[in-house]
Amino acid sequence: MKKWPLITTIANDVNNSKTTAVELVEESLRLIDQNQEYGAIISVLKDKALERAKFIDSEIKSGKNMGRLAGVPFIAKDNILTIGSETTAASNILKGFIAPYQSTAIEKLESEGAICVAKANLDAFGHGGSTENSDFMVTKNPYDKTRVAGGSSGGSAASVVLGLAPFALGTDTGGSIRQPASFTGCIGLKPSYGLVSRSGVIAMASSTDVVGPLTANVSDCALVLDVIAGKDPLDSTTIDRQSGSYEDIDDNIKGRKIGLIKEYLSDSLDEEIKQAINKTTLKLKSAGAEIIEVSIPSLDYALAVYYILCSAELSSNLSRYDGQRFGYSDKTAVNLSESYFKSRAKGFGTEAKRRIMIGTYVLSSGYYDAYYRKAQLVRTKIIQDFHEVFKQVDFLIGPVTPTTAFKIGEKSDPLSMYLSDIMTVGVSLAGIPAISIPMERENGLPIGLQLMTKQRKDKELLGLARKVEELI
Amino acid sequence: MEKLSKYLYKGYLPTIGIECHVQLKTETKLFSGIDNDARDAKPNTLVSHICFGLPGSLPVLNEKAISLAVKAAFALNVRPQIDSHFDRKHYFYPDLPKGYQITQFEAPIILGGNVKIKLSDSVKDIGITRAHLEEDAGKSTHKEGKDYSLVDLNRAGTPLLEIVSEPDMHSSEEAKAYAHELYLLMKYADVSDANLFYGNMRFDVNVSVSKDQNKLGTRSETKNLNSFRSVEKAVDYEIKRQVDLLEKGGQIIQETRGWNDAKQKTFSQRSKEEAHDYRYFPEPDIPPTKLDNNFINSIEATMPVMPEEWRNILKPLNLDPSSEDLLIDAEVEDANINYLPVIEKFIDSKEALKKVTNWLINIEIPLRRDNPEVKALSTKERVDYYQKIYDLNETGSLNSNRAKDLIEDILKSDAPITDIEKYASDKGYIQVSDESEITEIVRQVLADNEKATNDLKNGETKVIGFLIGQIMKQSQGKANPAIAQKIINQLIKL
Repeated sequence: MKKWPLITTIANDVNNSKTTAVELVEESLRLIDQNQEYGAIISVLKDKALERAKFIDSEIKSGKNMGRLAGVPFIAKDNILTIGSETTAASNILKGFIAPYQSTAIEKLESEGAICVAKANLDAFGHGGSTENSDFMVTKNPYDKTRVAGGSSGGSAASVVLGLAPFALGTDTGGSIRQPASFTGCIGLKPSYGLVSRSGVIAMASSTDVVGPLTANVSDCALVLDVIAGKDPLDSTTIDRQSGSYEDIDDNIKGRKIGLIKEYLSDSLDEEIKQAINKTTLKLKSAGAEIIEVSIPSLDYALAVYYILCSAELSSNLSRYDGQRFGYSDKTAVNLSESYFKSRAKGFGTEAKRRIMIGTYVLSSGYYDAYYRKAQLVRTKIIQDFHEVFKQVDFLIGPVTPTTAFKIGEKSDPLSMYLSDIMTVGVSLAGIPAISIPMERENGLPIGLQLMTKQRKDKELLGLARKVEELI
Repeated sequence: MEKLSKYLYKGYLPTIGIECHVQLKTETKLFSGIDNDARDAKPNTLVSHICFGLPGSLPVLNEKAISLAVKAAFALNVRPQIDSHFDRKHYFYPDLPKGYQITQFEAPIILGGNVKIKLSDSVKDIGITRAHLEEDAGKSTHKEGKDYSLVDLNRAGTPLLEIVSEPDMHSSEEAKAYAHELYLLMKYADVSDANLFYGNMRFDVNVSVSKDQNKLGTRSETKNLNSFRSVEKAVDYEIKRQVDLLEKGGQIIQETRGWNDAKQKTFSQRSKEEAHDYRYFPEPDIPPTKLDNNFINSIEATMPVMPEEWRNILKPLNLDPSSEDLLIDAEVEDANINYLPVIEKFIDSKEALKKVTNWLINIEIPLRRDNPEVKALSTKERVDYYQKIYDLNETGSLNSNRAKDLIEDILKSDAPITDIEKYASDKGYIQVSDESEITEIVRQVLADNEKATNDLKNGETKVIGFLIGQIMKQSQGKANPAIAQKIINQLIKL
């Protein structure tokens, strides 16, 4: 497991010619090659990355500063479009699809000199919490190869922990950044909904999808967020940044009120996780924070609401994969409807089909009111409840997952897989920012602590995260 | 209460509601910055990743479309909704790239409104149920005998306003008048090019018939009519078809029908059983639209004079109905030519107004219609021209025939005619009203035509016409005939 210096240090060294972008990219490519057994990477952008690295080095030689991420290699989840290279969302239906335009997040990173070296594995289209639903391979946990790395951003999380690159981009729809970060022991930030543009990100559930960084430390996380955050004319749901830099964070927690969510500390929570949380809570208390137990009763319904709304949106978002313009198209079909049926039947995996069925059902006439509309009402209630609780406390903390990383193949029943999202989906429905940060562990598997706060208070969230990082 | 008996066809009351798709005249598409004018473009050249429905592409609402919808609301005599939002309407078809159409289902931008339609003997209000914004699909071409179809996505994403009327019409005359009035409203409000030939307005007519006037029959919907005449004909055809079917003991099925213009017949396309479940839900990629009252008011303030208002302006002139319709239609035939501002200029003098209006109706409008190459003149230029022509006519220097010649010359002239009076005089259009000059000519003519002069002296007044003709000939048409007659009378002492 390679440990990279702080990203700021790397970029400074590149800009000051202490090292070169080519050396960094070559190092990253070498590590990717060495760690193939983990199944973290779908495709490597070797030629493009080296070409870009050479360009950056030559610009620096001619005296230019190439930005805050100059020469820094990174890995993007393969549902984020990288112009001119394959972007598959880990699905057979998009295998071989070359992105003809650039996603905003990648564009912003590249404009600060970062270099995308590879595309990371995921559950196809983001449907899952273990990357076992990838149509290509399973990503293995760097701490135990018989266990999952989590998902859907499992490839991104494993990449960061294995040190394949200093940082990775993931997407979080119901916990897809936080849960794999928790399972593998890296930092995973789900920013406020709308803080990072979704333009060029293959949609799962449009109303909760967010792009965020996975990093080895909070400083790197803040830097990457600072580069990718902000309003984008190509995405109408984006929101304004907070003023100032996201790197300019205040980690003073004296007198801050932190709520411990009662609903997340039930008996079904692993004892090990419960103890880790208790320990961290005590440390926060001795650092001057006030810990209050809070209740958000509507969270009991979050999982059900999430799986209705998310399936509804994704069933719609996946309609465009019809075999007519791009992606897999079945050539044995003799007419239009057969082309639709065969292309989609063969192109989509089991989980995508299951969710398309659920989503189609809950939107069908006669069922819309009972499922979709009711779920929207409960979602509003959940948002209100979070709003209420943030009148009492500045932050919320809790576990990310009920268990540590489970065994590959252990959760064959889709419902038990859905249940592992139970502590992350509430935040997604509310659109608030949350981060998973690794806690102290004794010989066991990584355990993440979930920190949450009000919408558009991502900077404050990073402040608390840095404090936790320091205390552990 | 409207008297419905006049509408009965073989004892059945027809009821008609119309849905109209109006293409909005925005520069770019509804959700992408791609050129909206696909008329002369090669297939699939006006397509972005958004129009193509590529993975990761997101719609961004064109605010101009919102402004135009607000204008349309005022044209339909209603304030737009403060809150509206877009929904997704799902179905699979190759010309619908995303697998859903973005439309306003639950909360449209326009609710309510009405359209005053002009009938031969009356004016009637047709209620508007709603009007919503949506994106158009692409265009599919199915070639006869080929095992493939072609899809052109240039049109995909073009902004449409779908205007849904109440079922307030009961005859094809009313349906046609409604379609025509809607066309005028959209043109006057400058919401759409409303070019029917290019499909800028497409009408779907819902027709049902019922013996029970308090109960609607089962309706058919004939889609995609692109002329006022086809609206009229399709309604007539459907009324007759449905009544005949019912009379024969048959049943009407709720279905979608098409219109065969060559055969002047509707034909079945799809029955209700085959109808889609569109699975509408709010479009999560576009935040709900919230209009600011100041914004609405600022658009209201720019609303032009609408046809109804213009009809009121023209009322005192007692034009025959076809002349009035001609003027109102002509006003929006060419975006560069406006007749109303010219007419408005003369509004204070009823005499002048009447004359200028007649010149427009009888000379300029027909001339422009027959000669599309006639160049546009600015309103100011035209007001100045008509003012001068009117003045010359009023003082007797220019008779009506010469006025017509002069107007035609002005319109057809390649170079602008700067000095009208000089031009008219050089062309010999100006009448001589100088009495001494005319007296000379009269004397000469009387001397040259001894017999006629004697006849006149003997009281045969019918020869006056002949003598005046001779005077006009002698003066090469310049003599003012009224003055010539006066001088004859003086000289012969009638």
